[in-house]
Amino acid sequence: MYNLETLKELALTVPEYNSIVDKLEREPNELELGLFGALWSEHCGYKHTKKLLRNIKSTSKLTITNAGEENAGAINIGDGKAIVMKIESHNHPSAIEPYEGAATGIGGIVRDIFAMGARPIALLNSLRFSNLENVKNLEIAKGVVRGISGYGNCLGIPNIGGECFFDSCYESNPLVNAMCVGIVDTDKILSAKAEKPGDLLLLVGAETGRDGIHGASGLASQNFEETTELRSAVQVGNPFLEKLLIEACLEISSLKGLVGMQDCGAAGITSAAIEMAKRSNLGISIDVSKVPTREKMMTPYEIMLSESQERMLLAVTPNEEKEIFEVFDKWDLKCAIIGEFIEGNDASVYNKNNLLSKTPINILTEAPEYDLEKIIVDFKPKKHSFTLEKKYISFEKQIIDKYLNKIINSNNIVSKKSIFQKYDHHVQTNTVIEPGQDAAVIRIKGTEKMLLFSCDGNSRYCHVDPKTGAEISIAEACRNVSVMGGNPIAITDGLNFGDPTTPRGAYELIETFKGFSTACEKFDIPIISGNASLFNEGHDSSIYPTPIIGVMGIMNNKNKIPSLGFDKIGDSVGLLGKKFWGSTKGLSGSEFQNIISNNSKGELSFDIDYEIVLQKQIRTLVDNNLLESAHDTSLGGIIVALIKACNFNNLGVEINKLLPEDWAPAMFGEDQSRVIFSFQSKNKGKISKVLAGFDWEEIGIVTSKDIIFKNITFETDNLLKSYNKGFSTKL
Amino acid sequence: MKIGIVVFPGTWSDRDTFYALSEVIKIESEYIWHKDQSLNNCDFIILPGGFSYGDYLRTGAIASFSPIMEKVIEFSKQGGAVLGICNGFQILCESNLLPGILIKNKNLDFICERSFLKVNNQSIYSDQYKQNEIINIPISHGEGNFQLDKYNLDKLEEEERIIFRYSSETGDETEIYNPNGSVNNIAGIVNSKGNVLGMMPHPEKASEKILGGEDGKRIFTSIIENISQNV
Repeated sequence: MYNLETLKELALTVPEYNSIVDKLEREPNELELGLFGALWSEHCGYKHTKKLLRNIKSTSKLTITNAGEENAGAINIGDGKAIVMKIESHNHPSAIEPYEGAATGIGGIVRDIFAMGARPIALLNSLRFSNLENVKNLEIAKGVVRGISGYGNCLGIPNIGGECFFDSCYESNPLVNAMCVGIVDTDKILSAKAEKPGDLLLLVGAETGRDGIHGASGLASQNFEETTELRSAVQVGNPFLEKLLIEACLEISSLKGLVGMQDCGAAGITSAAIEMAKRSNLGISIDVSKVPTREKMMTPYEIMLSESQERMLLAVTPNEEKEIFEVFDKWDLKCAIIGEFIEGNDASVYNKNNLLSKTPINILTEAPEYDLEKIIVDFKPKKHSFTLEKKYISFEKQIIDKYLNKIINSNNIVSKKSIFQKYDHHVQTNTVIEPGQDAAVIRIKGTEKMLLFSCDGNSRYCHVDPKTGAEISIAEACRNVSVMGGNPIAITDGLNFGDPTTPRGAYELIETFKGFSTACEKFDIPIISGNASLFNEGHDSSIYPTPIIGVMGIMNNKNKIPSLGFDKIGDSVGLLGKKFWGSTKGLSGSEFQNIISNNSKGELSFDIDYEIVLQKQIRTLVDNNLLESAHDTSLGGIIVALIKACNFNNLGVEINKLLPEDWAPAMFGEDQSRVIFSFQSKNKGKISKVLAGFDWEEIGIVTSKDIIFKNITFETDNLLKSYNKGFSTKL
Repeated sequence: MKIGIVVFPGTWSDRDTFYALSEVIKIESEYIWHKDQSLNNCDFIILPGGFSYGDYLRTGAIASFSPIMEKVIEFSKQGGAVLGICNGFQILCESNLLPGILIKNKNLDFICERSFLKVNNQSIYSDQYKQNEIINIPISHGEGNFQLDKYNLDKLEEEERIIFRYSSETGDETEIYNPNGSVNNIAGIVNSKGNVLGMMPHPEKASEKILGGEDGKRIFTSIIENISQNV
């Protein structure tokens, strides 16, 4: 009979327990219940998202894997090479233990990549914190950044981009999403599978300790406020060991004895081994006495559920293991054969000759699937209208300056250099465009290709309207790649949401997936991998829905990549898009709205079909080498886009337009589908030809300093100083 | 001539250095494993950057006791050219092939940026630069703060053994242009014989235009040419 305390610790509900008993036609023993807790956790079982994920475009003519079937998604980039990529979150561990939580987040996502035989070539990350003025938030942010720096730098993988955003909705719920990209020859991609009964199960890397037990079920699957005492569920990372694992595992990946490889991450050996067996349509037999342990007297339960870091599971052909052992020995890595794949459908756990449990794999791995539609039957989302108060309409230079200063000094807008500087972004000598621009660019040695990456999301829009917000998130991530000339070809997503069992949480998830579905179909881009982190609920609030989009684009290395900002005095400045100035609707969910009201509300307006054409146009301009710079307007509106463009080479711009009376929406409205670009005036004819029939206009000229409109001038000296000074508090 | 790149567990700029030498400069290079007992007749040895042995204990400390370092020390004592980049510089100091020590950056944080260096061209590693030329090479380290006692520092200065100093783009050496707190803005030094160079910046990361500059390349070509003339 179950014990409520135990079920709670495992994050299993009573109906779930009853369903286990029904399916097994008996009570599970303690060890089995632990296995169910792990495999039926949100993290491993995708109980609340599985149904929604099925409706999302996940393949294209370039995809090699099916989403969710391997450790990460793989996409063909030609020249016999594939890119493997994935985002993973480490939110709850980072909230409890910021440095180690973030560090082991990097460790986990990197293992997912080299498990597929791919050499990790880039890291990106997306961070969310609450206001830095609060010391606790500051300490979390500092710890997270140093954890990523400490772990990632040691691995020799460049951290080429990402973003960091602050909003009070992340009070006690910081988000740490890490993305890793790897490269592999298409004919050498490894699968996380065994081939036949008799294949051996080999564990390599760190010894198994008592750390991280119940991490997947406890930390990642319950409301956060219940889990502050789960400190021991956070693991401690050893990046040096991980670096050895990367090199050794890549070295053995071409040996004939190696059949498959799997990261031993959340839910440890349990999840890794049983999922491998499931993919192989085989049973598995594990002997816990064979597992090298860090501590004495560990119970089989602890060994099976430990989330000790830096471990990999391998499927190996019997009698071919000698060469593999030699490579691990060369790298001073410990390994042990801990079991074998067998005929049938059972996962059997032994301690020497004692059979501890024997459970059908199809039952273990068939986590319940919840239909969120049922939860939201009576749910009506609250609408908050937004109107701008009179004082933001009166046209006075002093008032306008005051708000412009607030915007440019906002931690969300200022330069993030102090973070990027802590990450090695040059190692591996591929980085063509460093962090801080719309997208990061790396070259692929031995080919004529360059890859562009952006990792982006806007949770305020998603709070205002989850469906449109999700569409914008995908569009904006793609736009970041397009403005630099890249053709977006694949997405990996990180879903960070609140409690999916509440109507609001379920509604946000459902709507987000609707937005994803539309955007992926229209952009014709697949989501090839991803991660879901639910239950991001703090002591009194939930986070805003925060889907993070990692997008990859591809371009030829002959193209001149437009710079982020104005390059030369005298160049012409153009606008691609319908309207230069922003609108009141564009203030919904904007930085300006947040500054004046500490809130995100209103309604969003977005024409995705128009956006797709706009992105094609900008890519054609880059393909024809017609642009000097290009930058999309996003956070902070058109004025922030102009300031950033001026900052690039410390220049100015003169715009032949009058700042309208309703200056606030005009300057700060974050209306979508606008790109500012600069070009040599001799190219104007060619540009007109390319853009014939589409909205664009020449709006001004690059000058030596200041942003000059016909009726008002903003001096750049102080604005650029504020922007470059960085965060309000030393991070 | 042949260049040997030593690989310790945790080294990561071995592959970058190999690429710069074999693909960009097009000279024969090979990896030397830390457990090897021979330098395999290489004419020039590079200790590349990374986190050898995880930088545990002290950066470079454990690597200095690895089997291959006995051979590297022997090679350098016989006048062989040895270049230590970043972690390699730390290993050279720990092995007493170079004076001084590299401690935590003054701001206590890891720093990755493009740094400007002022060159003293009086060495076999830098004679393809102009005297006092300002070059741009990335740094990437948490412990690059070079410190040395006054007596030995004065000696370094006197013997003109400081090859690279952090400066501004225009050669200004005031403190704000010193990224890590190194004494006298030191970024790279040679031993008294001039055959061993240790430097924190990564020349292999600045050897191609597409990566934002190729100022680092001449360190490799300087030493390669000097060795070729003597081989």
